Amino acid sequence: MNSFFKYFADIFHAVKSLLTGMKVTGRYFFSPGEIVTQQYPENRKTLKMYDRFKGEVIMPHNEHNEHRCTGCGICETACPNGSIEILQAKVDMPDGKKKRIIDKHIYHLGMCTFCGLCIKACPSDALAWGQEFEHAVFDRSKLTKTLNQPGSSILKDIVE
Amino acid sequence: MKEVINLPVKNVEEEEYHINMGPQHPSTHGVLRLVVSLQGEIVKSLKPHCGYIHRGIEKMCEKDTYPQIIHLTDRMDYLSAHINNHAVCLLVENALEVDVPERVKYIRTIVDELNRIASHQLWWCSFGMDMGGLTCYFYGLRDREKILDIFEESFGSRLLHSYYTPGGLMMDIHPNFQKNVKDFLKYFRRKIKDYDNILTGNIIMQERTKGVGILSKEDAISYGVTGPSGRASGFACDVRKHHPYGVYDKADFKEILGTEGDTFTRYMMRMHEMRESMKIIEQLIDNIPAGDYTAKMKAVLKLPAGEYYQRVEAARGELGVYCVSDGNKTPYRMKFRSPNFSNLSALDHMSRGVKIADLVAIGGSLDYVIPDIDR
Repeated sequence: MNSFFKYFADIFHAVKSLLTGMKVTGRYFFSPGEIVTQQYPENRKTLKMYDRFKGEVIMPHNEHNEHRCTGCGICETACPNGSIEILQAKVDMPDGKKKRIIDKHIYHLGMCTFCGLCIKACPSDALAWGQEFEHAVFDRSKLTKTLNQPGSSILKDIVE
Repeated sequence: MKEVINLPVKNVEEEEYHINMGPQHPSTHGVLRLVVSLQGEIVKSLKPHCGYIHRGIEKMCEKDTYPQIIHLTDRMDYLSAHINNHAVCLLVENALEVDVPERVKYIRTIVDELNRIASHQLWWCSFGMDMGGLTCYFYGLRDREKILDIFEESFGSRLLHSYYTPGGLMMDIHPNFQKNVKDFLKYFRRKIKDYDNILTGNIIMQERTKGVGILSKEDAISYGVTGPSGRASGFACDVRKHHPYGVYDKADFKEILGTEGDTFTRYMMRMHEMRESMKIIEQLIDNIPAGDYTAKMKAVLKLPAGEYYQRVEAARGELGVYCVSDGNKTPYRMKFRSPNFSNLSALDHMSRGVKIADLVAIGGSLDYVIPDIDR
């Protein structure tokens, strides 16, 4: 007799457990206010990433096309996977001496792991995180970028 | 006249045959190949074949300096990236005998526990999906998104953070961090009840997991099964409790131990652990002391020659880092004792004699991350 009751009790508990789950899904079905989906490609214009978002490494330039990079190469050694290459150039100073300045700051986005060691290591705060995150391109060579803009020069008050 | 060839008649009932579960199989959660030898539907034995996502991280560590190693450890167990970073940072700090500021210890402990909750949420989704409940997947990911948003605001990335550095942190926490974490805890206390209602109490899930894949305490110890899977068998192996690091000694939390050692107990361990993690965060979040977010470190870190070992409690078990230094700025040898690899070794023992559909449940309850197995 006992097993007879247990049989029906089991069925009752089984149905009850399934209904408890259904209640939760039913509640979400009838309360669309809890929908959290982000309409990504459509909301592109209003999409604002967080300030600290690590999209890509950039070199900020001011309105006179000046940056803060001295071309010291500390970021190049700090990078764990060789995604930064510094090409230096020599210029003649007015006092007759030769000085090394940065020619090209080459950044291989395809090799970057976004660890942030270059930005942390930079002594003159020349590098920063950019907010751009749509990096898909058709040609791999486009992932190699030159961070200092053409014709740019170093800010005067940066000392090496 | 045609010759009659008498082929030996085999008893089909007794014949074993082998099938490959993976490398591309949704329930192996990655590129893991399990060669299962079956008799009918019963699993006779099982051989895991690893190495499909081997990247040679241990070898790559040998050419990197200590701060550079951190970003590689992110990529082992990507679901507990912060905790992996913590292991290497502690190793370097202990070797150099650096005093880390209290603030750093508090932040690290809180972030570790947040990471553990996020990892267990993803495990809950995928375990539900292995059992055939797709709804779980959406609910779990929805709540995990809240933690990832906190991470993204404070550390800039969602999965691979590289937030800890030897001696401290990359940057200070975001001003909104404490408020966001408290909001999340309030939100998740409410939502975790849904988890229980949907999956824990579900009769189908209980019937499929209770008494399946039993691992005794002795076997758990001899196979080195740690983490929630080991504690489900009654093996008290919580590194946070027995060898505290960070500020775990100041937080009051329980080490939950199971007795059965079956799939359902392993499931319940993780559900309890999420609640315990929330308890730890609640105790610490208001008490973060002011101070520096990093200790003063030299520009080039050189560990004194010798051997070092550091262990932490990752989301899946005990992660050990063994380092041999010859006094240079790069390690001579780096070895990671990953929890998933040891947990996987017990899978053969646990799944002998079960049906092949139960193998999916047992694998789901072990919660393996394949990049951590192969490294």
